[in-house]
Formats: sequence, C-alpha cells, structure tokens
Amino acid sequence: MLNLIRNVFAFVLLVVSLSVNSQESRPLSEGALHCLTCHGNQTYTLQNPWTGQEEKRLMNPYFIIDTTHYRTGVHRTFSCTDCHATDYETYPHAAELKLEPLSTCLDCHGGDDTYAKYQFERIDEEFQKSVHFVKSGESFTCSKCHNQHYYKPTARNSSTVSEIVSYNNAMCLSCHNNLARFQLVSDQQNPVLAQVHAWLPNQELHFRNVRCIECHTQVTDTLMVSHNILSKEHAVQKCVECHSSNSMLKASLYKYQNLQARSGKGALGAVLQNESYLIGANQVPALKLLSILIFVAALAGVLLHSVFRFTKK
Amino acid sequence: MTTEKLYFYPVWLRVWHGFNALGILVLIVTGISMQWSIDSPLINFSLAVKLHNIAGVVVSIGYLLFFAGNLFTVNGKFYRVKPKGLGKRLVRQARYYLCGMFKNEEPPFPLSEKRKFNPLQKYSYILVMYLLMPLVVITGLALLFPELIIEEVYHLSGIFLTAVFHSALGFLISIFLIVHLYVASIGKNPLKNYRSIVTGWHEINH
Repeated sequence: MLNLIRNVFAFVLLVVSLSVNSQESRPLSEGALHCLTCHGNQTYTLQNPWTGQEEKRLMNPYFIIDTTHYRTGVHRTFSCTDCHATDYETYPHAAELKLEPLSTCLDCHGGDDTYAKYQFERIDEEFQKSVHFVKSGESFTCSKCHNQHYYKPTARNSSTVSEIVSYNNAMCLSCHNNLARFQLVSDQQNPVLAQVHAWLPNQELHFRNVRCIECHTQVTDTLMVSHNILSKEHAVQKCVECHSSNSMLKASLYKYQNLQARSGKGALGAVLQNESYLIGANQVPALKLLSILIFVAALAGVLLHSVFRFTKK
Repeated sequence: MTTEKLYFYPVWLRVWHGFNALGILVLIVTGISMQWSIDSPLINFSLAVKLHNIAGVVVSIGYLLFFAGNLFTVNGKFYRVKPKGLGKRLVRQARYYLCGMFKNEEPPFPLSEKRKFNPLQKYSYILVMYLLMPLVVITGLALLFPELIIEEVYHLSGIFLTAVFHSALGFLISIFLIVHLYVASIGKNPLKNYRSIVTGWHEINH
C-alpha cells in the first residue's frame, strides 16, 4: 500500500514537473545549442591542430551561459549570432571579434511597432536623465542592469510582489554589491549599502519588501518602470511619501499588485487589502467607516447623557 | 449625611495610572497622526514614530507594574471575575446609568471598602486591562521588531494584519478612554473622582 502511494506521488510529481517545464522553457535554437556545447559548461574539449591531440580546458567563467536561466529569458529563442558576429561560429574565435560593437537594445526594440507598448524610446529618454547616464554617459548600456541572456519581464508577469522586488533589486546589487562590476563604470569604491542607508528604519525589511527604485527613481505614471534613477541626494527620504494614504508606491510597485489582486489570486487579500497598502496607512475602508461610526456613537452617547444629567438635575 | 473617606488608590497604582494616562494620550495622538500620515507642522511623521515607540515601551513596562501590583497586593481582588449573576448586575448598573440616576435613585452598588468599582466599571477595566492591553502590547512589540512576524497568512501580509489589529485595539482603547473620562465625572461633584485618583482618597457620602 505504502509503495502504491509512493508511486502515485512520484507520478504526480513527474507530471507536474513536466508541465511546469514545458510552460517555462522552449527548445533552444540550433545556433544556440551549437555555441552552448562549450559555453553552457564549465569545461570544453577541443582538437588542438598543433599537437593533434584532444584537450579539455576550463571555460572562462565570465563566458559561461547559465542555460537554465537562458531558457526562461525573453531572448531564449534567439541564436547567439542574432546579436554576436556570425564569425563566432568557427573555433578558435578570431581575436578581433572581441572589438566588434554589439547591437544595442534600441537597434531592435526602437522604432518598431511590435514593441511600441513597451515605450523603449521613452525609457531611453528617462534613462538619459538618470544619474547612471549623467555620470557614465554612453558606456552605461542597458545591459549593465538588464542581462540580455537572462532577462525576464518580472514586473509584468510575476504574480508576487516579493519576486518582483528580489528580481529587481538583484539588478542594482549586481554592481552596487560587487566591486569589480561597479568599477566598470566608476573609479571609486562602491559605497557599503548598509552604511549609506543607516538612516532608514527597519532597513532589512525595506530591502526585502520594496525595490531600490521605489526611492531612487522619479516615478512616471505612464511608464511601467521608471528609468530615471536618482542619486542619493535626490532620492526619497521622507517616510510619508510611502507611508500615507496617498502613497507614491501606488504609482510604482503596487500598480503591479493591483493587477495581481484583480487576477483573482487570494480573493480575501484582494478584498481586504484593496486600498490598504502599508503600515502607517493601514486604511481598510470597511474598518475605517466602522471606527468613525463607533467614535461618533460614543461621542453622541456621552453628549446625550450629559444633556440629561444637566436637565434632570 | 456623613462623609466617609476611603484610601482607594495606593501610591504605586496612582504612579502607574499617571504614567499610563500620559503614555496612552501620546500613543493616541501619534497613532492617529501615523494612521493618516498627516505630516503636519505640529508633529511630523518621524517624530510621531519615535514618540509612539517611546510611549509604547513606557506603557508596556507600566503594564507589567500594574500586572505585578495586582498579582502581589490586595488590589488584585477588585479584578476577580465572579460569573454568578454577572449579567443581572451589569444590567442593573446600566439601568442606573441610563435611567435610575436621572430619577435620583440610589446607586445599586454603592462603593465601599470591599467594592471599589461598580460592576460595569469593574468588567470594563478587566476587559481593557486583561484583554485589550496585553494584545495591544504584544502586537506593538511585534511591530517594533517586524522581522519576527509571520510573513504571510493566507495571501495577506502578516505585518499588515498585525498593524490593522494593533490599530483596531488602539482605537477601542481610545473609545474606552472617552467613556472612562466621562463616567468619572458622574457623581454629586463632577470633579470628585479626578481628585481621588490624584490624592488616593475617595469620599463616600452616606
């Protein structure tokens, strides 16, 4: 009996995992598979024409593609040579290929109706006002934050705020918590985040529940994600900007949660939390009305009673 | 008519009551200001948060004092629940407040050395001090250390639930305060009870 249950359980697990996998990943292109025989692994094997022998070598870790992430990224159906030079198809790769200028995101996404709803041109406009562009100029490309190989539009598709937050913050941390990458665009050391945010109460909780860009961008209602990243001098430091009934988070992070609430997941949550977002502004409309009624009733009771007391004396 | 003076409120109780009263007032004012997040020039948000935290800790420590006082001194006997005939006693007292006192009836439960509170008073104090206060202190402490709170309860944020519960409790305590302050003024001399809680002595007219 126990075995039967175990087998049924295993079968269910298998079916579930297969269906999940089939949803998330599509087969990679032939071209990508060709490159990934080497670039998808820690080691690669080559036939050395000089020695005539087969050699196994370590792949440069910066050139390894994480195939699991690649399979779930937006560009997963691409061939590597859609963006990289076709000359890469031969090995050994020619040294000067490294100097080849790569396509930028706007080369494909700009001025194309297919992508109009993503407003790439406006994003570029906003980005050019940002501290990243002002300090580093053209060398600060989209890919500094958005890894083309693995990029997922989490803010649009994710059903949980925490996933949106951690995915998004990982982008910032990939440089701001990594000296080597930080120094790609700056000669300075990256500031220690816990120190520069020492003023922020419940730091850990904030870092886990809101995105860096909540405070560090100029929120634009019409853009899904604001790209005008602000320096610390211009970032939000006032608690009430978020912790109020008119929280600026409604225009940023929580506009996605609205989508989530409407999608029907967690109906109870949607009803109770519909207009109540934050500590400090936990305004559940029904409770608010009830509290006003109770308050008025208490005052009226006291007033009425004292009127009787003075008139019936 | 003779006037009897009873020593109702020992020093520790009056000290606790004083600190508690001040603390609760600060908590209510700052609590409301945080609830609506009104960044008024009178009290800005971060100051409200700071004051609320300090007053919360003071009131919590005070609560422990009150709890210990009632546990180890004779004062505790005024807070013992006696279920037999409870409903009837409450109704009688309520009837007196709503009706009898306007007809100059005698209070159904005159205060004496053995009875410091009338039934309505006693059970509302028990409710506030042994139910609402512990809950508001616990939820308040949890919000002071939010990383301790369960992250999600049926798709609802644990912090959100704790915060709503905490403010609902705070609201009920505020309503209690309004009624408490008003009912204290009932009597031949409206100021008499306020004086007693300062001096400790309660006057009873026979």
